[in-house]
Amino acid sequence: TTIQEFAVPVGEEPSGFLKSCNTEGGARFELHHGTTTLAFKFKHGVIVAVDSRASAGNYISTGEYNKVIEINPYLLGTMSGSAADCKYWERLLAKECRLYRLRNNHRISVAAASKLLCNMMLGYRGMGLSVGSMICGWDKEGPGVYYVDDNGTRLSGRMFSTGSGNSYAYGVLDSGYKEDMTVEEAYELGRRGIAHATHRDSYSGGVVNLYHIKEDGWIKVCKDDVSELIHHYKKGMF
Amino acid sequence: MVTCEPPKKSLPYCSDTASLHGGCRAFLVFPGLKMLSAQNFGESGKMKEYHYTGPVEHRFSPYAFNGGTVLAVAGEDFAIVASDTRLSEGYSIHSRDSPKCYKLTDTTVIGCSGFHGDCLTLTKIIDARLKMYKHSNTKTMTSGAIAAMLSTILYGRRFFPYYVYNIIGGLDEQGKGAVYSFDPVGSYQRDTYKAGGSASAMLQPLLDNQIGFKNMEGVEHVPLSKEKAVQLVKDVFISAAERDVYTGDALRICIITKEGIQEQNIPLRKD
Repeated sequence: TTIQEFAVPVGEEPSGFLKSCNTEGGARFELHHGTTTLAFKFKHGVIVAVDSRASAGNYISTGEYNKVIEINPYLLGTMSGSAADCKYWERLLAKECRLYRLRNNHRISVAAASKLLCNMMLGYRGMGLSVGSMICGWDKEGPGVYYVDDNGTRLSGRMFSTGSGNSYAYGVLDSGYKEDMTVEEAYELGRRGIAHATHRDSYSGGVVNLYHIKEDGWIKVCKDDVSELIHHYKKGMF
Repeated sequence: MVTCEPPKKSLPYCSDTASLHGGCRAFLVFPGLKMLSAQNFGESGKMKEYHYTGPVEHRFSPYAFNGGTVLAVAGEDFAIVASDTRLSEGYSIHSRDSPKCYKLTDTTVIGCSGFHGDCLTLTKIIDARLKMYKHSNTKTMTSGAIAAMLSTILYGRRFFPYYVYNIIGGLDEQGKGAVYSFDPVGSYQRDTYKAGGSASAMLQPLLDNQIGFKNMEGVEHVPLSKEKAVQLVKDVFISAAERDVYTGDALRICIITKEGIQEQNIPLRKD
């Protein structure tokens, strides 16, 4: 296998180089950024909900960016932070998961997949990558949600939210979460979490992409415009 | 408690790129040097205090901003990639005939704006990779494959990026129009329409309104015909040339259909 090489600026520390370019008034590197994503486990599987705004500095470069990468029919990865970093490393993770399946004749576990991504991040620690991702899936151990970030943090848990709007999403999730929710209640909780976060965070917005991971794989539940959801929730308040 | 900033580690480089071949001369302005000029005299005629913070460091920047705007629209069975042809730097115009659309294959055109040096190198690299693919696989790369490849080429320079905003327009395997837009380090996605470059923030809302029918209620979503799309692109660039200093001179439109790539040149404001 060929190893990807990365060009680095000569005599400069990579993470400081891009920052120094941005202050000089010449080349301003505005990279796609910002998000709210959330994922939680409950009795009937895992719910994954993400927003769809990609911002470059103060400009919204697109309102319909897909922040969930479908690694295989049982594994999903979410993206927050720098769009290019997440897209690239999670595509690489998808390739590794596929190779694992071909070499070992059984599907990779969620724990192993998240560990692969975590080790990729550790290899480039301190170089200015920005990745906040949740690897979610259903394997032999049952439903799994792992949070992985660019420092090499890897945490298994029941509920996570990442991105610039994560605190708003946590508020909604914590107040509405019950282990034995019905499937419809869980969908609504995920939708609400993202909708309220996009309402208050300027770097999140667009549509809510909602996925449900069950024992036989994931399904895409819906794609709802956030402004319509907010109007629906606040009906009667105006 | 007083804290001070740690001194900068790197050596002072030449700010003047033209003299690089002669070796680096360091420019340091020493405190105590007073320049007598009209600006140093205040309104009352007395000398103003001229404050120095210490030695001033001038650094070499590997990037320059050469301006230009690129636009791409995808239709049912066609795609349009358009760019202006002005090449500028700072307050000067280097050329009025430097289009930013580059033909890659019979069904794909790429528009690159930003730093012209990086645009040229990047298109050369893409051409080389297209040839390599054709020789190994005996077929031309599809638009989607080119987009995925460009994403990894750009990410290979994640720590020392190409200062280029790319938009690829072409036909996909089903013959439908496809537009892929990128950021400088390789984040990309498929769109219906996209504007990139210096006037992108002015053009994108107009496209959202006219092609995406956003912010309009009770309007029938009519799919865009080729003639209407070309007329819209011309109007949009005329507006951009009015308000953006880096956009103007002429407009190069590449219309991609299954019959091939047709080019049109339309003059724009030259001021």
